[in-house]
Amino acid sequence: MSDPIKINEKCVYCGACVKACPFGAITQTERKTVPVIDLMKCTLCGACVASCKFEAIWMKEKSAATIDLSSFKDVWVFAEQHDGVIQSITFELLGEGRKLADSLGMKLCAVLLGSNVQKQTDELIARGADKVYLVDRPALEHFQDESYANVLIDLVKRHKPNVFLCGASTIGRSLVSRVAVRVNAGLTADCTGLAIDPKTLNLLQTRPAFGGNIMATIETPNARPQMATVRHKVMKEAEVNPARKGEVSMETIAEVLLQSKARRLKFVPEVETTMNIAEANIIVSGGRGLQTPENFALLRELADVIGAGVGASRAAVDSNWIPYSHQVGQTGKTVCPKIYIAVGISGQIQHLAGMQSSDIIVAINKDADAPIFKVATYGIVGDLFEILPLLTQQFRKVLGK
Amino acid sequence: MRYVVCIKQVPETTDVKINPETNTLMRDGVAAIINPFDMYAIEEGLRLKAKTGGTVTVLSMGPPQADAALREAISMGADDGILLSDRAFAGSDTWATSYTLAMAIRKIGAFDIILCGKQASDGDTAQVGPGIAIHLDLPQITYVRKIESIDEKTIVAERLMENGYEVIQAPLPCVLTVVKEINEPRLPSLKGKLAAKKAVITTWKAADLQCDPKCIGLEGSPTKVVKIFTPPARQGGEMLKGEPSEVVPQLIAKLKDAILGAAN
Repeated sequence: MSDPIKINEKCVYCGACVKACPFGAITQTERKTVPVIDLMKCTLCGACVASCKFEAIWMKEKSAATIDLSSFKDVWVFAEQHDGVIQSITFELLGEGRKLADSLGMKLCAVLLGSNVQKQTDELIARGADKVYLVDRPALEHFQDESYANVLIDLVKRHKPNVFLCGASTIGRSLVSRVAVRVNAGLTADCTGLAIDPKTLNLLQTRPAFGGNIMATIETPNARPQMATVRHKVMKEAEVNPARKGEVSMETIAEVLLQSKARRLKFVPEVETTMNIAEANIIVSGGRGLQTPENFALLRELADVIGAGVGASRAAVDSNWIPYSHQVGQTGKTVCPKIYIAVGISGQIQHLAGMQSSDIIVAINKDADAPIFKVATYGIVGDLFEILPLLTQQFRKVLGK
Repeated sequence: MRYVVCIKQVPETTDVKINPETNTLMRDGVAAIINPFDMYAIEEGLRLKAKTGGTVTVLSMGPPQADAALREAISMGADDGILLSDRAFAGSDTWATSYTLAMAIRKIGAFDIILCGKQASDGDTAQVGPGIAIHLDLPQITYVRKIESIDEKTIVAERLMENGYEVIQAPLPCVLTVVKEINEPRLPSLKGKLAAKKAVITTWKAADLQCDPKCIGLEGSPTKVVKIFTPPARQGGEMLKGEPSEVVPQLIAKLKDAILGAAN
């Protein structure tokens, strides 16, 4: 197979393409030689083609759309429910989806799968859905990867949404990765920004990569629906308006699609957790500086008083002070609360990757040179064993608890 | 039992920066490693093999240098490695990547369990594992934190959820993606290192996989990166100074409104 990108004889060795390549894939070992493109690093983004004043770079054009893009209408939101309770990420998606639908002049629709969830459609309409696609079947009581994906694939093929958003939760990521493959859609993971390009009307999906050190904007020019999972706690929840009216469409689904080879045997809730840190608006997180597992009690106490979830650094989890589900950072969870209080955490780059997009970061550490202070909104250098109890005590007073 | 572990070679650190003058990624001198989550997948494959017998094959799509990642997996105890490397794969997004890996697994033929890390540390998408599963029309258990039991026909595993875990039973063959909690990866043994040195890595190109050219590389990738940039740097922090009895009230004054707001 021939190379998808080439530098031809029009090249004047100026090196502009070397500088233009965002991925460092083009090198020019000596002046007055044709630069070399490393195709294993190249993502065919086209930045070099645009940079070349001499039209010396040829890139294979991606085939134009083979489907009629204009036949895809509406913005869809997957309504995630656990035991019939609509999850807050869904309201965030409806808030963001409303804006997208309005700029496209399309309807905002929610897709709800479950068992005995008809009443919940009111909630989705009150939060802005113009239409709710409802599949209410006993087999869909709990999330199952295969049956949920089969149903969504069927609905997408039948109703052809233009944009399809889903929360970047465990369920969301497991589910729509299957759907996107089967319907030949582009899927962008864990978006933190969404917008409509005013010229092309394509969905511009912005997401962090490399643990948040780089942001990338991605679009799906030739395929529909444009699918994205969206990070929790980044978008604003849609307001409730009980007076809103919307349509509910009861969808008929073939029985065979509801079958699943894998079966959920049971769910075991975590007892340790005071609050799910992915959901928490405030997180109090502890690291090696706490010294012993017993000292996490100090954190939990503060967390209780201010209504926070408890997080931890990798060091604390690896020492078995607290279960892995509390770990914040690259190999744990990425969180984005309103307030993140890091206690006795030095702030390794891997930890920062999981929490640096929090609105307010407070760092309490005895080492004034700890990297956590570089990202902290408020920093206190001092002994956490003195500061933490005092903080809990005074918050209790101030908050009247 | 035949276990196939899909691995990716990634830069050692995510601490990559964009050179502000040239607007290019500065990743020179950054070593390449096996994606940390894939290490748990390799380890779990080896543990399952120890339990049930069989073989562990590691599979990677990437540049010729990804050979090193496969050899590292062999040094840990994997039996053989397959590298999917072809210029035609350039520009692959998760759709095309999962298609290409699925085609390679088809070519491998008989397999019982496919293991992947839950996501890669450079892209963080978590989309390729489930993508492979649907391309092969297989069941999946994602975010696996523990395998409770396995026999020739069935696996029971725990999936980590945000607020607990699910116990899921699936028939084989099946795709698993694993989280860090599942195990602690071993270090390579001396014997393993020698085996890795001598191992012959099989390389397959697009033509070997009978890929549909429309489904690989740029052509098979619906998404397109249109821009990369550095996120706005966080504002320099304010240090609160003084004795604990002084700084604590200061901090409370700063946070009180935000905490009351966050409670709503």
